Amino acid sequence: MERRTSNGMLDPELIARNFAEVECGLTHKAAIEESNRCLYCYDAPCIRACPTGINIPSFIKRIATDNLKGAATTIMDANPVGATCARVCPTEVLCEGACVLNHASTPIMIGKLQRYATDWAIADGRPLFQPGAANGRRVAVIGGGPAGLSAARELARDGFAVTVYEAKPLAGGLDTHGIVSFRLPQSISLWEVEQVARLGVDIRTSVKVGDDLPVEQLLQQYDVVVLSAGMGDVPPLGIEGEQLEGVYDAIRLVESTKSDTHSYPELAGARVAVIGAGNTAIDAATCSVRLGAEHVRIVYRRTKAEMTAYAFEFEFAKQDGIEFNWLTNPVRIIGDEQGRVTHLECVRMQLSEAGTDGRRMPIPIEGSEFRIPVDAVVTAIGQKRRVALIEKLGLTHDRGVVTIDRSTFRTSNPKVYACGDIVFGAGQGEAMVVSAAEQGKRTAQAISLFFTQLLDSEAEAAADVVEVHEDAAM
Amino acid sequence: MADLRVSLAGIEAPNPFWLASAPPTNTGYQVQRAFEAGWGGAVWKTLGEPIINTSSRFAAVHFGGQRVAGFNNIELITDRPLEVNLKEIYETKKKFPNHALVVSLMVEPKREKWHEIVKRVEDVGVDGLELNFGCPHGMAERGMGSASGQQPDLVEMQTMWAKEAASTPVIVKLTPNITDITVTARHAVLGGADAISMINTINSLAGVDLDSWQTIPHVAGKGAHGGYCGPAVKPIALNMVAECARHSDIGVPISGIGGIATWQDAAEFMLMGASAVQICTAAMHHGFRIVEEMIDGLNHYLDNKGIASVKELVGKAVPRYSKWGDLDLNYRVVARINTETCINCNKCYIACEDTSHQCIDRLTSESGPYLQVREEDCVGCNLCSIVCPVDGAIEMVEAEPAGAPMSWNDRMRTMANLNAGKAGMEAR
Repeated sequence: MERRTSNGMLDPELIARNFAEVECGLTHKAAIEESNRCLYCYDAPCIRACPTGINIPSFIKRIATDNLKGAATTIMDANPVGATCARVCPTEVLCEGACVLNHASTPIMIGKLQRYATDWAIADGRPLFQPGAANGRRVAVIGGGPAGLSAARELARDGFAVTVYEAKPLAGGLDTHGIVSFRLPQSISLWEVEQVARLGVDIRTSVKVGDDLPVEQLLQQYDVVVLSAGMGDVPPLGIEGEQLEGVYDAIRLVESTKSDTHSYPELAGARVAVIGAGNTAIDAATCSVRLGAEHVRIVYRRTKAEMTAYAFEFEFAKQDGIEFNWLTNPVRIIGDEQGRVTHLECVRMQLSEAGTDGRRMPIPIEGSEFRIPVDAVVTAIGQKRRVALIEKLGLTHDRGVVTIDRSTFRTSNPKVYACGDIVFGAGQGEAMVVSAAEQGKRTAQAISLFFTQLLDSEAEAAADVVEVHEDAAM
Repeated sequence: MADLRVSLAGIEAPNPFWLASAPPTNTGYQVQRAFEAGWGGAVWKTLGEPIINTSSRFAAVHFGGQRVAGFNNIELITDRPLEVNLKEIYETKKKFPNHALVVSLMVEPKREKWHEIVKRVEDVGVDGLELNFGCPHGMAERGMGSASGQQPDLVEMQTMWAKEAASTPVIVKLTPNITDITVTARHAVLGGADAISMINTINSLAGVDLDSWQTIPHVAGKGAHGGYCGPAVKPIALNMVAECARHSDIGVPISGIGGIATWQDAAEFMLMGASAVQICTAAMHHGFRIVEEMIDGLNHYLDNKGIASVKELVGKAVPRYSKWGDLDLNYRVVARINTETCINCNKCYIACEDTSHQCIDRLTSESGPYLQVREEDCVGCNLCSIVCPVDGAIEMVEAEPAGAPMSWNDRMRTMANLNAGKAGMEAR
């Protein structure tokens, strides 16, 4: 039988079912049982393990005592994207990993309880927070992802007039566009965006700062600018054939499955190779399966040990039937006369002895080149840095990672703060949603503290002036 | 397997697990099902003058996600005609001659009423009678149940009237809604009771609905106090059984009732002086089959202890149940935290720090945080070991006594002697 070379499309209803959320929420009974199992530890290690420091025993006790609004408020107070984090946090290495019951029975399902409480708040619809009394200061936030939303919400609660500039038509950043729907339905992230908007934050979408709006204008019109523009698309592999039809960027591939326009690639029956072994590569692979791909493999130049994807994501991918080709490096993408991908040429690799930095480098094995017949190639080797924007703002950076004061998130321009993925990398920060949320929170705290201290010092100066006048009068 | 047969004032039963007089023993169908399931005896739901029951009768207290920590009811005595009950009692006893079939009775405190009901019930063939002086709701408003059970003279007199007519053993069921249960127990004995059973239910209101502000349960918008039972009342019942068991003026067999849900509960009641036990809530929660687990558990316990008959348990712990004034004030226990087993939930720390004697330190070693008791400051209150969620993580260990054994009563006696000596000296 002739293999089909042109890829087909699945029934949109089937696609919708394929992308429906995998994990079920807890039933009321399960939530009551699980919340009652929590020991309500004192100085609980789960709180310390949560980057946003959610008072976990407290919100769980509130679930157990039928106070879901209290539970949701506790969660969302500490983490403005707490509903998203309930679904996407690697809980087994964070809160649940720290649960003392790991040593006695089984850890509390903190993520699922968090989801139970935030799902209640979403269904309830009433706002959990109120804006602070206006303090007359204006803040512009560049990028409406988790870090920017978090900063915006905290600033609004402190009385700042906040405007968020979001390049895409919908805010939420990777929560809205980049996390696969079967882990995180878009509606969850959009609810979090709505919560921020309801505090009076002006969220202006489809505005690309630097292109649609000059940075000078922002710097002039606002007292403070928060830069939380994240990262860009997947950078080029730098190999032949990247322009061929059937080569996709993993970030865009995932995004296409989350948009209403159904602009996702036609992968039904296709053989897909995903390049890279991070969480985005897994997302691209599992999305490909759900788009109907017949066979999906992950091609990675190092081994499982160096893979950056979470263990649970790796397991999830294996359950989806995804093949992992370790120590395999793509060297060329080959196409047919119509310019469509037909093969991925790879070379086998081996790991060097550990170098001075302790890392084992992958080295090609000479003459081991081979071709994998494929219909699509998806690249997932990281994300581009926002160098152009950073340079327009005139900020000091290290290869696109904005340099900040680690305690205040202040950049080289005292008026500009930066948080989230734009400061991640070069040994700085974490790439988790929950870390971005915490950074946004701390950035807002630093900004509030700065203006409070400014007011105090102005008041002191004024008092000094009065004293001088009194002295003069004597 | 151990011998589980028991005898209560001459009433023989294949095991100590009897169903208490309550909804589970309402009909012949139910009691026969219970005997088939393995229950050793049953006390038939109270017979008396015709009554009418309300709709909406039971309520429960749930705790920490667990159902039925406590149970409350406003159901009265049987609402079925006496003739029907008597016919079914007769049939049941005929089918199960070796099971204990006792019938609970409640009538107005009148001699002829007691004589009449005792005769009618004994005529159909029963193993014994239980006088219901305990139900705290409904019937008490008509001068029966706990209303008469709270008056020692009425307990004594009515017991006497029942005894005048009875040829089978008479058990008097006592109410806990009283200051000192040994008083009514003694009066039951004075009236001629062959045995006493306790406790009946405790006055209770199960709760208030936070949406409607109705009582739980409510009957057409009104509530009334009910009778409380279930696991939550066990310690109250156990104490009352023990107080009666150790009382030298009581001296009749006891049927233990109150929150018994497992074989362990039953064994504890028997160790504290009960010859057999009565159970209701556990059966209402799980069905009659729960008795299989009770029988099996008790059997294995006795076998492991090398005890041939369950009768050997009866009263064995009573001599240990003393008075506070006789406790040794110089005895000391202290808490010791096993850091190997401890999971560092810090519940002991905060409990001690906030609500006890501030003697647990949070320390850090190379391997991480750990908890340690400053034994010199520990008063041995047990709180830390109570709140600790992990078995074996906190042990209460005996410490060097503060001196030779001395109780408060010893101390008072010694001081009285000293004062007497001094007074004698002064008088000279």
